[in-house]
Amino acid sequence: MADPTASTLTNRPEGAERESEERREAARGEPPFVEAPQSDSRLVASLKEAGITAAIVAGLTLIFLAFRSDIATGGLDLLARPMLWLSWIAIAFVGRFMLSYFLFKAERPISGYFKRTQASSPAAGGIPFGKVFGILLLFVAFTLPFLLDTFLPSQNRYLLDLAILILTYVMLGWGLNIVVGLAGLLDLGYVAFYAVGAYSFALLSTNFGLGFWVCLPMAGLFAAMWGVMLGFPVLRLRGDYLAIVTLAFGEIIRIVLLNWYEFTGGPNGLLGIPKPTLFGLEFSRGEGSFSDFFGLEYSSVQRFVFLYYIILALALITNLVTLRLRKLPVGRAWEALREDEIACRSLGINTVNVKLTAFATGAMFGGFAGSFFAARQGFISPESFTFIESAIVLAIVVLGGLGSQLGVVIASVVMIGGIELLRNLTALQAVFGSDFDPTQYRMLIFGLAMVGIMVWKPRGLISSRSPSVFYKQKKKIGADLVAQGEGH
Amino acid sequence: MLTESERWSVDPVLTVEHLTMRFGGLTAVDDLSFNVGRGDITALIGPNGAGKTTVFNCVTGFYKPTEGRIALRRGRGIPEAKVRELTDSGRQYIDADSGSIFLLERMADFKITEVAGVARTFQNIRLFGGMTVLENLLVAQHNKLMDASNFTIGGLIGLPGYRRAAAAAKDKAVDWLRHTNLLDRADDPASDLPYGAQRRLEIARAMCTDPSLLCLDEPAAGLNPRESAELNTLLKYIRDEHDVSVLLIEHDMGVVMEISDHIIVLDYGKKISDGSADKVRNDPKVIAAYLGVDDEEVDAIEEDLHIKKGPANAAPASTQGGAT
Repeated sequence: MADPTASTLTNRPEGAERESEERREAARGEPPFVEAPQSDSRLVASLKEAGITAAIVAGLTLIFLAFRSDIATGGLDLLARPMLWLSWIAIAFVGRFMLSYFLFKAERPISGYFKRTQASSPAAGGIPFGKVFGILLLFVAFTLPFLLDTFLPSQNRYLLDLAILILTYVMLGWGLNIVVGLAGLLDLGYVAFYAVGAYSFALLSTNFGLGFWVCLPMAGLFAAMWGVMLGFPVLRLRGDYLAIVTLAFGEIIRIVLLNWYEFTGGPNGLLGIPKPTLFGLEFSRGEGSFSDFFGLEYSSVQRFVFLYYIILALALITNLVTLRLRKLPVGRAWEALREDEIACRSLGINTVNVKLTAFATGAMFGGFAGSFFAARQGFISPESFTFIESAIVLAIVVLGGLGSQLGVVIASVVMIGGIELLRNLTALQAVFGSDFDPTQYRMLIFGLAMVGIMVWKPRGLISSRSPSVFYKQKKKIGADLVAQGEGH
Repeated sequence: MLTESERWSVDPVLTVEHLTMRFGGLTAVDDLSFNVGRGDITALIGPNGAGKTTVFNCVTGFYKPTEGRIALRRGRGIPEAKVRELTDSGRQYIDADSGSIFLLERMADFKITEVAGVARTFQNIRLFGGMTVLENLLVAQHNKLMDASNFTIGGLIGLPGYRRAAAAAKDKAVDWLRHTNLLDRADDPASDLPYGAQRRLEIARAMCTDPSLLCLDEPAAGLNPRESAELNTLLKYIRDEHDVSVLLIEHDMGVVMEISDHIIVLDYGKKISDGSADKVRNDPKVIAAYLGVDDEEVDAIEEDLHIKKGPANAAPASTQGGAT
């Protein structure tokens, strides 16, 4: 054993050898004792941190806030604004101090408190928070038109319309969740299926005079077919390549719709798409209409309420089917595919079929949502199906937490509702002055909020996986253990 | 000695003939032929880089072999003539009177598990880490459950046939968890298990596919002696109670020598020894491959092994210090 190493050892200078021996000797004994650094009190530490923050702000804003150059006759006029600069530094100092003192260094940090309550709630034997919240949301969703009518009659129509929009995105999110969240296949072109659904309904109704309810399943089938068509070329792709090809697919569909003028109407879109009817009853004025049949007074809100319940039903069907599929072999195979494709194949699972069913199922729900969209708008054009739509739906899924149904709902309400809400935030004018227009900053605020969520919850709002089957006790699985699949 | 070697040649479950696998210019497996006896635990051993895992990947369809025939007989006493008939027919498998024959080199990887009944585990454990232990075992029963759910339609509307099949699948999974001592961890995510338990779970998962041949790639790697002993018991249980033949790659000679009925030794993609544990242990070629030999013996051994003289002739000695 010693022979091969001995030759190299003798070549080494003696000093180095001794040094290494000393080091080994030192490592063998007790670890060197280092006195623990004396920690500051909470107040002092917070003040220190606040001071550092204030100094950074002072440095960063020196040339932006402390001085201002104005064009004056014969050159520039330098205007010193020390008070503005100092007030910003003071704001930074106080803000950081408050954060440090009450949040980061508090004896019971808020984040810790939050975690503790979350961990203790299932042990307490109560119904999990998610379930209660879900049922509450469902109740609100069912009664929303009446709640709005009672409490906010002046904005009834606007808010109902917003609720319909949010629910459309909830449904799209749930559909995409199958592909991205469960099967782990990153799809950046989901809007293509939305477009296929919308155009299927629009073309079938305008050309053949078919109604919404006949076209709805057909639109879903067409979209599923296109899902399979996308699925085939991307079967072998992994990671970033999968994402890029799906992105291209979304663009191809949009550009074909834009340029195939004779068939799709090109950029002019398709007009005169019929509204959905309730067993043949139209929501309009006059004879044979819904209000006439039931002897009600006509109101334009009735149609919105009807549309609202259609999309609510469609979204709930999507959710129920997805939840059910998760417990079936096909759903488990999706999740297994996300975890490890090679292991799937070693267990005799045909991963080609698994991928195609995931694409087709996700696309089908996208198609349903698309045909609803066409029916609601009455007019569609390729402009409604740009990449930003795919991005928003994907953001909803990612923010909500991959694979989480409730997360998608919360993320949709926050994202779609939040963007709308920022339109009306005149209250911000009190802070930033009367010339502040919140609509101009809504994307900025929105982006900041997204960054905040991703910092705070990097795996989405609901970042735990609930097992599809259990032996004794259903335990949540932390997101750190769950694989993300391809292309993330 | 002859009678001994006859035993796994009489009615083999797996016959590998003239298997060659080339990766570009590198010949990883070179004209390898061996039999895996029915109801045997067969070990494939050899120094690092001998081509053991390549053989495995060929048998389980993860690689398509460059040359050779890999025939799996499910059912006893299938004559050689049937295999020849299948080979000539160009089909993937054929039903004989007392079973079926599968030509694995013609089949896709998932078909080999699904139809031919060859299950495998991996050298670096491949579990579905974010799924629970129980879910892992249910994924393994995918094909059976898929049929029972009428390709999802029946399951979606909750037909009684599917519910029965789902309950049976769960029972089977629980049964395997009991045999692998994992029942109390059934609801934990698989990646939370300790290493030894993950190895056992992977074997249980492979067994849930109802295989006739179980291929294990280094099942004892990283196990402590107590866990290795448990693994031996588990493998014997699988062989004796479930009528499953086991083919395993292993470096832990304690495990190999104790449980193997038949050992095949590979070196540089060639078979250098084939026989019972006793025979292989005393084979000078095996000792040379594992321990290296004195300089004066090298020439004699090389002549024996038909290795050409060249840059490779120092290599056997470099495996010095391998497992014994």
